[in-house]
Amino acid sequence: MSGAWEPSRADESNNLAVHAVVSRGEFTLDVEFEVLPGEVLAVLGPNGAGKTTLLRVLSGLSPLESGYLRLGGQSLDEPARNVFVPSEQRPVGLVFQNYRLFPNLSVLDNVAFAPRSNGSGRRVSRSVAGQWLDRLGLVELAGRRPHQLSGGQAQRVALARALAADPVLLLLDEPLSALDARTRLEVRGELRRHLADFAGPTLLVTHDPLEAMMMADRLLVIEGGRVVQQGTPAEVARHPSTQYVARLVGLNLYEGTAETPATTVPDATTLASGSAASGSVASGSVALDGGGSLIAAPEEAMAGRVLVSVRPSSVSLHPHRPEAGSPRNVWSGRIKGFELLADRVRVEVVGEPDALVDITPAALAELGLVEGSLVWLSVKATEVEVYPAG
Amino acid sequence: MRRSAVYLLALGSAVVLATTACSSSKSDTPAAGSASTPSTTTSSTTSALTGTITVLAASSLTGTFTTLGKHFEAANPGTTVKLSFGASSALAQQINQGAPVDVFASAATKNMDQVTTTGGATKSTNFVKNVMEIAVPPSNPGHIATVADLGKSGVKLVLCQPQVPCGSTAATVFKNAKVTVKPVSLEADVKSTLTKVESGDADAGVVYVTDVLAAGRKVKGIEIPADQNASTEYPIAALTKAPNAAGAQAFVDYVLSATGQSVLTAGGFLAP
Amino acid sequence: MSLMPDRAGRSYRRARPAQRRTAPAALAAPALLGFAFLLLPLIALLIRAPWSGMTRILSQQAVASALKLSLIAASLATVFSLLLGVPVAWVLARMQFPGRSGLRALVTVPLVLPPVVGGVALLSSLGRNGVLGRYLDQWFGVTLPFTTPAVVIAETFVAMPFLIVSVEGALRSSDQGLEEAARTLGASRLTVFRRVTLPAVGPSILAGSVLCWARAMGEFGATITFAGNFPGTTQTMPSLIYIALETDPDAAIALSLVLLVVAVLVLALLRDRWVRPGNTV
Repeated sequence: MSGAWEPSRADESNNLAVHAVVSRGEFTLDVEFEVLPGEVLAVLGPNGAGKTTLLRVLSGLSPLESGYLRLGGQSLDEPARNVFVPSEQRPVGLVFQNYRLFPNLSVLDNVAFAPRSNGSGRRVSRSVAGQWLDRLGLVELAGRRPHQLSGGQAQRVALARALAADPVLLLLDEPLSALDARTRLEVRGELRRHLADFAGPTLLVTHDPLEAMMMADRLLVIEGGRVVQQGTPAEVARHPSTQYVARLVGLNLYEGTAETPATTVPDATTLASGSAASGSVASGSVALDGGGSLIAAPEEAMAGRVLVSVRPSSVSLHPHRPEAGSPRNVWSGRIKGFELLADRVRVEVVGEPDALVDITPAALAELGLVEGSLVWLSVKATEVEVYPAG
Repeated sequence: MRRSAVYLLALGSAVVLATTACSSSKSDTPAAGSASTPSTTTSSTTSALTGTITVLAASSLTGTFTTLGKHFEAANPGTTVKLSFGASSALAQQINQGAPVDVFASAATKNMDQVTTTGGATKSTNFVKNVMEIAVPPSNPGHIATVADLGKSGVKLVLCQPQVPCGSTAATVFKNAKVTVKPVSLEADVKSTLTKVESGDADAGVVYVTDVLAAGRKVKGIEIPADQNASTEYPIAALTKAPNAAGAQAFVDYVLSATGQSVLTAGGFLAP
Repeated sequence: MSLMPDRAGRSYRRARPAQRRTAPAALAAPALLGFAFLLLPLIALLIRAPWSGMTRILSQQAVASALKLSLIAASLATVFSLLLGVPVAWVLARMQFPGRSGLRALVTVPLVLPPVVGGVALLSSLGRNGVLGRYLDQWFGVTLPFTTPAVVIAETFVAMPFLIVSVEGALRSSDQGLEEAARTLGASRLTVFRRVTLPAVGPSILAGSVLCWARAMGEFGATITFAGNFPGTTQTMPSLIYIALETDPDAAIALSLVLLVVAVLVLALLRDRWVRPGNTV
């Protein structure tokens, strides 16, 4: 049973509602979410999280095992009701990661492909394609073949080709990943403008947090086939709920249990590695699952299972145990490795807890650190963010 | 008149010889065959024959020469007869190109001449002759009864190509019968002509009487009257460049001996 | 062997002219032998060709009609191979069904089957008493053996697997992503095949067709067995050459040269006109 999708493009309630369940061998994708018309949802996740599977399901290239897929109230795929609308009948546009432009067709004919496939004549299709090329500033490329295009141009042609099908739902698979850094910057801004013009729901799959933050209204983080977090880019960036997201947004993230706030505030100097075990517990202190503890500012204090995040740039490194001072958290560790970032060095330290620490190259030279060096770490309590887990 | 007399005589002797062949075929070992004893003892006593004797023979000799080869090997322990069958014209070509061959048995003097004129053989002897017969599928879909029927339109007639003996001999038959035919195919040799009849794709073919006999029930033979029929002589020769000269001569002698002739006539051949 | 990639890349440009002069002997010697092995028989044909009698041999009516028949039959066989073989290749490459690999092996059997056996197989199936042929005869009064269509059938049977193998390989290695892209753009399965798949495997189809045509031109065993041999209707160049070989070897060599020249001419023409990179339709 498959029925052609009845287009109702003027309808403002063209929202996408998804509960997708698909398994491939050991792996099972099971995600549930909604996207509103005009909203851009970025699906963020590591390789193998199920992003590609999700796109294939949404575009009709693979069927669901169970769950549903509804667009504007119309069911596109619902195994329980024996509904499956094949790819070619779905009002879904997909911009592929490597664009997948037809190498034997000109840019104009690539964009005219969808109108042609929907039964329009060659002339009409080309005129529709011409309008899209005009809107995306591609008119002068109309006669070129895909192999004559730069990455950024190919990306825009792929978008034009997908939009020329007049889709209700727009899907983008890693739209910028095939571009070099400079082109990416340029195309990203442009793509954001075009997505803003698009009336239907848009789903953008990416593993690049910056891309997701800058182009999406909302983020959906999936890991191992499950949704682990969703929210606005700001929410997710501030309070990552998994190590993966924390890494993406460049934060140290720890899971732990918050102690019941005590009335006395002990001296900061008594705090060191293993101090939680010694029984000297302070207000806002969190016993971390991996060992060690961190103290947050009193206003952050809460009880039960919590997540603790610390920015790498908030952590200081010392060759010796620092003198008593303002930092409330001090512990020791050994250096495991270095990573050179644009203007600083990210130092990976193993200790209780492990931490990523950003220091300047000058500081690195001054401290004379090498792999295996013993260092002391310190963080101010005000730089420690605590928020509920899950 | 003369031709039909010869034919009848030949036919008579064929029947006689065929019966003798039948009786002697029960005893494959030469020791038990009383008639064959003299000739085999001569060949095996004159020289202790050994080695391989390579014989190229016209494809119409396939059945009889295979039998002859086996008999010869049994009579001369230590010898191996290697037989290769094909169109006489092709075999003559092979010999003239220098193939290491001991004996050549051709289905036409023309092809033997091609070998003797180039010095491949000095002397050849006609050892049998063969007459033509019409072969039709057992159901006889073309309702063929006479040579004249082969000239009717709609009859799918298959002949050997005129360059090979069965083709040229068949042409003589049609000349004798004053019949004009329109064959659908001119096959490369007599075996493929017969194959087309056996498969039922052709209504009729003109082949040697020996081939009809060898095909058994797969085809039906329709005799051609003696006054229309034509024959071809089969010459045999030991080759001058024979790697095994003694063996070559012994095999030729064996074919010409009474034993050899009885096998050949049992296969439908006529005495020369 | 342990050179860094970039260093190897730099040294490559300098080393190239030297390499061209001194190919490793372990490869050069057998390669030379291989060239000689392939070319010597052709050269021998040229040396032994009866150049003085060429006009006499080639002006025979049978030669013209055999060449014409060969060209027509081989071209028709190629057309039928395309019409049937490309869909077969598609099914083998793209559909999942039990026994697919067995079926793939079976349809390529004519590649290894002695052509004469192929002819016998065709007689058993399409001959007047064949499994299917008997009904063609009974119901429609059609008998195939000894007709020009039989020549085309025999050549198609033997040559089509060349096309199938070539196209199937191309389909398997072609980018299915493009087909998916076409589907998301609303193209039906047939449109996808016509507008995306076919152009993508176009060069392989062309190469397969050329192979198929060449094989059909040279086909002899199945043709003479199934279709017979009669000038004008079923006698192709190879049949004529075979017949001539038994009676007039000079003529056979002359005719072989004609076949050779025609084949080389057609292949060269195809190469120049269509097998040029970036010139696909």
